[in-house]
Amino acid sequence: MTFELFIFYLFAAVMVFAAARVITARNPVHAAMFLVLTFFTCSAIWLLLEAEFLAITLVLVYVGAVMVLFLFVVMMLDVNVEPLREGFVQYLPVGILVGVIMLVEMVFLITQKYFKSAQFPVPERASADALSNTETLGQLLYSEYLFQFEIAAIILLVAIVAAIALTMRRRPNTKYQSPSRQVEVRKQDRLRVVQMPAEKRSS
Amino acid sequence: MDNLQIATPEIFLLAATCAVLVVGLFTQAKSNTVYWLSQLSLVITLIMSLTQIGDEAVTGFSGAYTLDTLSASLKSWVLVLAIGIFLYSRDYVGNRKIARSEYFVLGLFAVSGMMIMVSATHMLTVYLGLELLALSQYAMVALHRDNGRAAEAAMKYFVLGALASGMLLYGMSMVYGATGSLNLTVVADILAGNSEVLSAERTIGARFGLTFLIVGIAFKLGAVPFHMWVPDVYEGAPTSVTMFISTAPKIAAFAMLIRLLVEGLETLSADWQQMLAIMSALSMIVGNLIAIAQTNIKRMLAYSTISHVGFLLMGIVGATSAGYSASMFYAITYAFTTLATFGVLLAVSREGFEADQLSDLAGLGKRNALLAVVMLLAMFSLAGVPPAVGFYAKLTVLESAVNAGFTWLAILGVIMSVIGAFYYLRIIKIMFFDDPVDDTQVSPASDVTAGLAVNGLAVLALGLAPGLIMSACIAAFS
Repeated sequence: MTFELFIFYLFAAVMVFAAARVITARNPVHAAMFLVLTFFTCSAIWLLLEAEFLAITLVLVYVGAVMVLFLFVVMMLDVNVEPLREGFVQYLPVGILVGVIMLVEMVFLITQKYFKSAQFPVPERASADALSNTETLGQLLYSEYLFQFEIAAIILLVAIVAAIALTMRRRPNTKYQSPSRQVEVRKQDRLRVVQMPAEKRSS
Repeated sequence: MDNLQIATPEIFLLAATCAVLVVGLFTQAKSNTVYWLSQLSLVITLIMSLTQIGDEAVTGFSGAYTLDTLSASLKSWVLVLAIGIFLYSRDYVGNRKIARSEYFVLGLFAVSGMMIMVSATHMLTVYLGLELLALSQYAMVALHRDNGRAAEAAMKYFVLGALASGMLLYGMSMVYGATGSLNLTVVADILAGNSEVLSAERTIGARFGLTFLIVGIAFKLGAVPFHMWVPDVYEGAPTSVTMFISTAPKIAAFAMLIRLLVEGLETLSADWQQMLAIMSALSMIVGNLIAIAQTNIKRMLAYSTISHVGFLLMGIVGATSAGYSASMFYAITYAFTTLATFGVLLAVSREGFEADQLSDLAGLGKRNALLAVVMLLAMFSLAGVPPAVGFYAKLTVLESAVNAGFTWLAILGVIMSVIGAFYYLRIIKIMFFDDPVDDTQVSPASDVTAGLAVNGLAVLALGLAPGLIMSACIAAFS
């Protein structure tokens, strides 16, 4: 067993364990953290495959953005998970059936006809001074796919314009605080010392 | 990254749109600055793309973009339509609580999306152009925020549109899997077996993808059985947006169909001819029969669109270049006629009043004779009554279908247009022979009146001299 294979099995084992804990953990925050662990180990396996761009994107996008959002929602909403767990045994047969079907489909796909592993030989190991796939992607994106890249940017701009146009409302009567005016306020503006004769205490 | 200059119209329009967007921030809500700037940028872009007509076909951006007669002339038509759309919708948008500058900016973005679709010879560009158009349209439908029906229509349009985009992408991925290229010219080459011997597995993959591509295209065109969104969106959207959706994007969708099916997958034409023939027949039947029962004029025009899409597909069914030109002619003239129809509806609407019921047009002949005559010409054209242009458009499409051996489809088309004539002529009867329900003066702005008059005259003049456009349509496919 080479060191590389050992690393692969190590990460694979952690990943399977973490994935199983995602659905078995009782605390939703724990489940989300296990999902983060799953993503991390998965990206490590992709690194072993020399797909470093995918690995980095997985960590940046899923761990960095999506899971943080997920945790926010879980913590903010205080979801009661107990009702969600009811009927676990009841639905188990259907779940197992779906799982088995998916497993059979996957095995079928990689052992039969078009996508069987014999159709896809192990690629040559890239030499150390060759371009990494991040660099290759970057070069393609800004040369061959420049036009499409620019259109994608315009689509994002349309999304911004549309989102603002659909949600922003100017309400002139809204009550809001102006911190700068609050800070600049002087005693003379608000406090008026009124001179008045002292009242006599009524007996 | 070569031939950057062939995309000058698109580059200029996008830059101008961004400028208009910024100017819109600093103008008063009531002023027309944004409107005039948008029109100015459209006119300049139109001049740019008119000068490109007749140039030799060139590709640029590593095959992602093609400038040929088809794209240059369709682009010019899209721009002319957009100028008309903006002119007719200016006062309608101004009178309602619709964000004015955003309406025009999103409209400009949609126009650039259409221009990109028309020029796209790369599946990725086709998809991105389509999304640019579709996203702007979803937002435009919802732009009338205080209107619950508009929000509902936008939601339906968005969800179903996303589904259709998914179908289209899935089809593209299957074609990519089968041929190994996203470039439509390369795909056509590989499928024709020019570069290597084609295995049966590959064509199966491409055929599988083709089916999904057709679903996506049919959705965007609004062909039966993927037409469910059309009536609801047409009815719920503000009339100015309905006009936008029903005119120029049909031309862009036609271009997308030609690029994907004819330029990319022509070797599989035996497969797509059958599918298109069935969709064409169903669209004509469903559209014309259901339109009869409508009392809402926008809903009626939605079903009318569906039936006209059936006719448009009929030209392509034959897979001959004469048929493609006939369909192109049909798409352009249909868009112009619909533009006039909605232009009249917008002119009759006023602040606090929507002309969207058939009875709202009652006695229009007495209230404003010019608008009524324009509407009359448009209805004659949609029904296919000579000498309006719709007659000639129907004739060429039917002729191409008969020549290609689809006689049954042509006969069905004739029967259905006779049935369809009923609801178009009913509008004419309501306008000229019914007594007006309300006598409010219908007096649109003078430039809108002039625009409608020109539009109505064009519907008539092109019917008398169809060669003006037809020659350009034939040149695009020769």
